[in-house]
Amino acid sequence: MTMEPKSSLDGQGWLNALVRSREVSLVLLIAVLTALTTVLNPRFVNPQSLKDLMLNVSIIALLVLGQTVIILMRQIDLSISSIVGITAFLSGTLFVNNPGIPSVVVVLIAVLAGLLLGAVNAVLIAWGKIPALITTLGTLYIFRGANYAWVHGRQVNAVNVPGSFLAIGTSTLAGIPILTWIVLILLVVFSIGLRQYRAGREFYAIGSNPTAAVLAGINVSRRLATGFVISGAIAGLAGALWLARFGTVDATAAEGIELTVITSTVVGGVAITGGVGTVVGAFLGALLLSVFSSTLVFLRVPSFWQQAFQGAMLLLAIAVDAYLAHRHALHSRVRWSRV
Amino acid sequence: MNAPTIELVDIYKSFGSTRVLEGVSLSLFPGEVQSLVGENGAGKSTLVKIMAGLHLSDKGAVRMNGQDVLFRSTSQAQQAGVSVIYQEPTLFRDLSIAENVFMHRQPKTAYGWIDYAEMSRTVSQHLKQLGVSLRPEDPVLGMSIADQQIVEIIKALTFEAKVLIMDEPTAALSGEEVKRLFQVVERLRDKGVAVMFVSHRLEEVFAISQRITVMRDGRVVGSGPLKEWTTDEVIRKMVGRSLEALYPKEKVEPGKVVLRVRDLHRAGVFKGISFEVRAGEIVGLSGLVGAGRSEVARAIFGIDHLDSGEVLIGDKALSNQTPQTAMAAGIGYVPEDRQQQGLVMEMTVTRNVTLTVLHQVQRFGLVSRKKEREIAARWTQRMQLKGHIEEPANILSGGNQQKVVLAKWLATQPKLLIVDEPTRGVDVGAKSEVHRTLSHLAQQGMAIIMISSELPEVIGMADRVLVMHEGKLTAELARSEATEEAIMFAATGQTGSIGDKEAKATSNGQP
Repeated sequence: MTMEPKSSLDGQGWLNALVRSREVSLVLLIAVLTALTTVLNPRFVNPQSLKDLMLNVSIIALLVLGQTVIILMRQIDLSISSIVGITAFLSGTLFVNNPGIPSVVVVLIAVLAGLLLGAVNAVLIAWGKIPALITTLGTLYIFRGANYAWVHGRQVNAVNVPGSFLAIGTSTLAGIPILTWIVLILLVVFSIGLRQYRAGREFYAIGSNPTAAVLAGINVSRRLATGFVISGAIAGLAGALWLARFGTVDATAAEGIELTVITSTVVGGVAITGGVGTVVGAFLGALLLSVFSSTLVFLRVPSFWQQAFQGAMLLLAIAVDAYLAHRHALHSRVRWSRV
Repeated sequence: MNAPTIELVDIYKSFGSTRVLEGVSLSLFPGEVQSLVGENGAGKSTLVKIMAGLHLSDKGAVRMNGQDVLFRSTSQAQQAGVSVIYQEPTLFRDLSIAENVFMHRQPKTAYGWIDYAEMSRTVSQHLKQLGVSLRPEDPVLGMSIADQQIVEIIKALTFEAKVLIMDEPTAALSGEEVKRLFQVVERLRDKGVAVMFVSHRLEEVFAISQRITVMRDGRVVGSGPLKEWTTDEVIRKMVGRSLEALYPKEKVEPGKVVLRVRDLHRAGVFKGISFEVRAGEIVGLSGLVGAGRSEVARAIFGIDHLDSGEVLIGDKALSNQTPQTAMAAGIGYVPEDRQQQGLVMEMTVTRNVTLTVLHQVQRFGLVSRKKEREIAARWTQRMQLKGHIEEPANILSGGNQQKVVLAKWLATQPKLLIVDEPTRGVDVGAKSEVHRTLSHLAQQGMAIIMISSELPEVIGMADRVLVMHEGKLTAELARSEATEEAIMFAATGQTGSIGDKEAKATSNGQP
């Protein structure tokens, strides 16, 4: 039994805690990066490039919300990019085939479609007990393959999409794009949900210790399923917004973005081993990666370097986590030896 | 006598074709600690799991305060007032103490949000009552097992548990921690909680309980108030035959010096460690958990780095500090945690046994299945292993797993064998077999260092006992001098004039 008081909250503990918080360090990193780039190229901070930055990060940041729930449970969802692809083309087709259809209905149908595709993952993982990595790798290919067969070389063009819908991706409110507002509102909703509701805390519990979760009376299968359905629904929404943002959609839409989403989530401090992280952190992770790529563009770094930098950032984030965990372990060993 | 809080009546349970419980009846009374003892496989854990709501019985009734109840889930059992503390605390290490206590049943504010303030308040009250200086916001990550058990107990308290079941809670605790746990348990008992204590450690059973129940082969074979029992009687009931002796130590005349260590030093862990071990000798290495016993063993075997000091096998100093060198020189090391460090749980017994001698089972650079099986069969037979050698290690009982680990090291035919807590979590029957094997090996001329937290084991098995306290050797006791008092005296550092190196305990009287 440890009897001595620990230092973390005494005296200057709050400062310590602040620096150790992943969110704070991410904000600082983003600020430093922006400042440095602005010094090197003053055009970096102007309304247009800020708007571009926000638009670029929005869809990734949206998908990061769903992925956070999944990774918190020590799971992974690779299939999201294919769900985005299908629902983006589905949204476009709805507009093409049903002139005058309300945008709200299209968005709802896209979300529902994503939810159903997510439910396929959910059933296989929660009740079929197939590891999520395998299941969603499988559905990544199946959904994309089905999409190719369905699209069959066609394309949805911006001219067939109502301007009011495209406005989600172009107009702004208080200087911030509507698209970004949607993501920010959902960020708040997810943040509260994961912090202030039992169901939210149970995602953490499952990732932290699945056995203990069962013993605490949590219905783990149902929670797992809920997570994958949420992730699917979010991907469905992202599909509709993809159409609003880009106007043009073919069978390859959103291909490969699952990796960017997972990278952002992990860089944002959501432990791949589950149980640790916040949606705000994950959101900032997405923002950091996005700012970083813009920085590279502004500094005229050849684009093929960007991916390498992104990978380096991921490894760096994991290295920092490992280092902190190691230090923590050392720390607690010292404490034990004094018991 | 009071009416029982919980009553199990004629419980039957089978898994597949295996009968685990056959008509077990048992009652726990308020304000009483009842110990449940029995060999591994006697059905204790299954019984605990039925009360915890993890298993349903096939037949029989569970009654709480005279009412029939049916626990279909752990939360139903908890709601009814049955709390279980397992050997390994099952906590969420990434979450705070308060969250661990209230997971799945957090209090809510008027808006339906989780009431974190209320959680902190309740938990900090309990922490204060138990006299523990932890904070509700502290994460579980990095907490000692003892502290984690405190969290489990607080969980039970917030359920207002009427029945508290503790399944081997002391297995990973040091003496001091056990004492504190017992104080908490006694306080709960005095408040009228019915406590069930499942343990292999009979000294503890006799220290804490008012009633002892013994199980064997799925049946209750004896139950009664403490005063009706003696240790011998309990052991006899557990194994169903009179045990020749728990510690079948044979007398051996020590031979040449096999291991000599000089002035071993590792900063912050241990220092000034010098001793020798002779052929045929069992040297007990005793001390409280955290005194540095396992660390010395790990350093001798070359797992941990030594800052200074020398390890000699025979007359030759080991050239460098790696397990490979140590093994080549004839050292075998059976680690404390057999599931994590001793065995590859998913692999077969054969594969596990031959891991240390892969070079012997090669043919043309490939592993020969035939040779593998020969070697595995030879050493597991010598260990009297129950179970088939082509079965994975994780289906064996704790005692048999330990035999596999021993067989694996015997296959290297070491001159010196270091065993760390060889009988932790092993039932009485298997325990005496492990002891007999060690004694036998010593008789054949092997030098053995045995690290153990169980004093009777050290006293019963060792020719000589080295005692450590906070990284230093504080006593060296001959078999005739090694009493529980003398060892505890040195282990708690009450050595007064005795220096670091000349750790002779001749001046060591009673505390």
